Amino acid sequence: MSQETLITRILIPAIQILIVVAVLPLLIAYLQLVERKVLGFMQVRLAPRRVGWHGLLQPIADAVKLLIKEDLVPDKSDRFLFTLAPIVTVIPALAALAVIPIAGTPFTVFGYTVQPFITDLNVALLYLLAISSLGIYGIILGGWASNSKYSLLGALRSSAQMISYEVPLGFALIGVMMLAGTASMVGIVEAQKSAHVWYVVPQIFGFFCYFISAVAETNRVPFDLPEAEAELVAGFHTEYSGMKFAFFFLAEYTNMIVVSSIATILFFGGWLRPFPNATSFDWLQNGWVFLAPLVLGAFVGWLLDQRLGTGLRFMFLGGAVGALAGFAAARADVAHLATMDLPVLSGAFWFFMKVSFFLFLYIWFRGTYPRYRYDQLMRLGWKWLIPLSILNVVATGLAVLVASPGGR
Amino acid sequence: MGPQHPSTHGVLRLKLSLEGEEITDVRPVIGYLHRGVEKLCEHRTYPMIEPLTDRLDYVAAISENLGFCGAVEKLMGVQVPPRAQHIRVVLAELQRIASHLLWLGTHALDLGAMTVFFYTFREREMILDLFEAFCGARLTYNSMRIGGLLEDLPRGWVDRVRHFVKIFPSREKEYEDLLTVNRIWMGRTKGVGILKPEDAIALGVSGPSLRGSGVDYDVRKAQPYSSYDQFPFDVPLGTNGDTYDRYVVRMEEMRQSCRIIQQALDRLPEGEVRAKVPKYIKPPAGEVYHVVESPRGEQGFHIVSTGGEMPYRMRFRSPSFVNLQALPMMCRGQLIADVVAVIGSIDIVLGDVDR
Repeated sequence: MSQETLITRILIPAIQILIVVAVLPLLIAYLQLVERKVLGFMQVRLAPRRVGWHGLLQPIADAVKLLIKEDLVPDKSDRFLFTLAPIVTVIPALAALAVIPIAGTPFTVFGYTVQPFITDLNVALLYLLAISSLGIYGIILGGWASNSKYSLLGALRSSAQMISYEVPLGFALIGVMMLAGTASMVGIVEAQKSAHVWYVVPQIFGFFCYFISAVAETNRVPFDLPEAEAELVAGFHTEYSGMKFAFFFLAEYTNMIVVSSIATILFFGGWLRPFPNATSFDWLQNGWVFLAPLVLGAFVGWLLDQRLGTGLRFMFLGGAVGALAGFAAARADVAHLATMDLPVLSGAFWFFMKVSFFLFLYIWFRGTYPRYRYDQLMRLGWKWLIPLSILNVVATGLAVLVASPGGR
Repeated sequence: MGPQHPSTHGVLRLKLSLEGEEITDVRPVIGYLHRGVEKLCEHRTYPMIEPLTDRLDYVAAISENLGFCGAVEKLMGVQVPPRAQHIRVVLAELQRIASHLLWLGTHALDLGAMTVFFYTFREREMILDLFEAFCGARLTYNSMRIGGLLEDLPRGWVDRVRHFVKIFPSREKEYEDLLTVNRIWMGRTKGVGILKPEDAIALGVSGPSLRGSGVDYDVRKAQPYSSYDQFPFDVPLGTNGDTYDRYVVRMEEMRQSCRIIQQALDRLPEGEVRAKVPKYIKPPAGEVYHVVESPRGEQGFHIVSTGGEMPYRMRFRSPSFVNLQALPMMCRGQLIADVVAVIGSIDIVLGDVDR
């Protein structure tokens, strides 16, 4: 093997994997801080603000706490499986990230072309479905190995729920596959680009089926039955503590990110910017030119509000001023930033914006909804989502057939 | 289930008989919080008993104070001055709102809606601040005295209450926006824990739990005490007797409480706040039974006096204890997750159950 292939085939993917595995836990730690902050503001309280400025170091403190915590294993548990379960849960969650592209075009580092994804499988969707189903093993093993009734009940509920919702989830994805004619993630986004429409428009039912199932699949509110603290204490991870618990936690949040990424790629055009054809919106290409001053202005205004105790008046004012400034700067394009051709940056920017939106939805749900009862959850899955998603598949198939007779 | 379980609201233990996840029978095991308050009362003078009543239903201590003082006053034949009567009504209704807010927050929390809890506690905090300004305590108030009140209202208190009554309806709408028409909330509460009116009466259920079943019985209307007969207000009723109806009834009761407070403040007379009572309270020999409508239902006080400065026998009819009897009937045929909803909807306080 020549040095060239060694680098492109092995070294670069290895570095990419390393980046994902190293950066993701940090990202998730801060995602959790964001969740606590947003939830706190929704619930008229302050959320963490002791560790670091406005609680910015809280995730680090949490991570350190989990790391140095005593690693308890219950007396009568199956030690081997008890240790294995969190690992089995976290590996598929991380492995799913391998096929998520964060931008469309490759970029060059030290003369080598690097793709903005680890791999582009032609059966990426099938791979995702398969790998996400594996996570259930970890949960049921963990519940069983704990040798505690709450854990076992939680694990059974969790796996029953995940298996039930996997079905509508899969069906909802089929519609997109039929429209795009491919199961590769990059291919699906390219298809949306050439179709000049995000698939959320023709696949609106598919999207709703997908997102509801996805929330259920990740065991989040309002489908967080496995962790129904009012009934089951903490579900399958009742007996877990320290790093093992952190692994389950990591897996849950990774799954949230994966699910949001899939929603973004399949239904919201992945890294494509909004209004791709309107040239007057070209400054959106690098949307951060516009959004960064908006956020900055709003933030400064918010700080001022906090000082003066004036509600949120200056936040909106600052946001508006920032937006105007950003708009003006983008239109005038003094620094050629707005039309600067950095497809990787702008792609990644839009991708993360969209994913953040879905993650925010998760938190929003958590602040709003009560919890479903077990039988209601199953009824929703089997009686509503599955028929609806099958109907969606049939309708999409007919539409594709009518639009292009003879098939692809 | 229990006694250390997050959603039994204290130390209640339930023996559940299950068939799969379906409940065939429930046996409440009580007594974990038994302090023998009734026996203690036999060795306390009457003014010393009032702090004990705080500890019965610690979520609605003012209602207990009001009932106890009313019972002793009835026994002694004391006429409480009208200003004290009005202030007592304001306090009792504020307490009803505070108690219902605690109920709503925890009930919603049990069913997974976390945000409501923080919203209700924001308003409950305002009420507790008012109580603190009035009597210096936030939970066990010992707020009244036999024959009236210890002191008149602090300066500016009436305006603060008016402010609260003014903003509260908009705050209540916030809770309702989150729950009342929420499909998941309706799914969790509608048709769950149905209590038929005839069963409710047979079991002696009272308060919002009874009115949720559509029985029009409110002690404030049926046997008016203090000055409740002077204020017009509606008694909200449910139709199906399920958890959702009990929820709706309590929500409406809070609005009616605001209405009563408003009227009581508008007509607040000047004058004394305490009747002339002897320094050593020695009621004449005899028996008395006095009931008040506490936030949980019919709170009765039975005093047997032999003419001494301590009661010969003291008996509390606590609504939580009686309402808890209805739990097995409401839970049969439901799922485990519904038990949590039903316990929440009958709104028991274990201090009141066990005494």
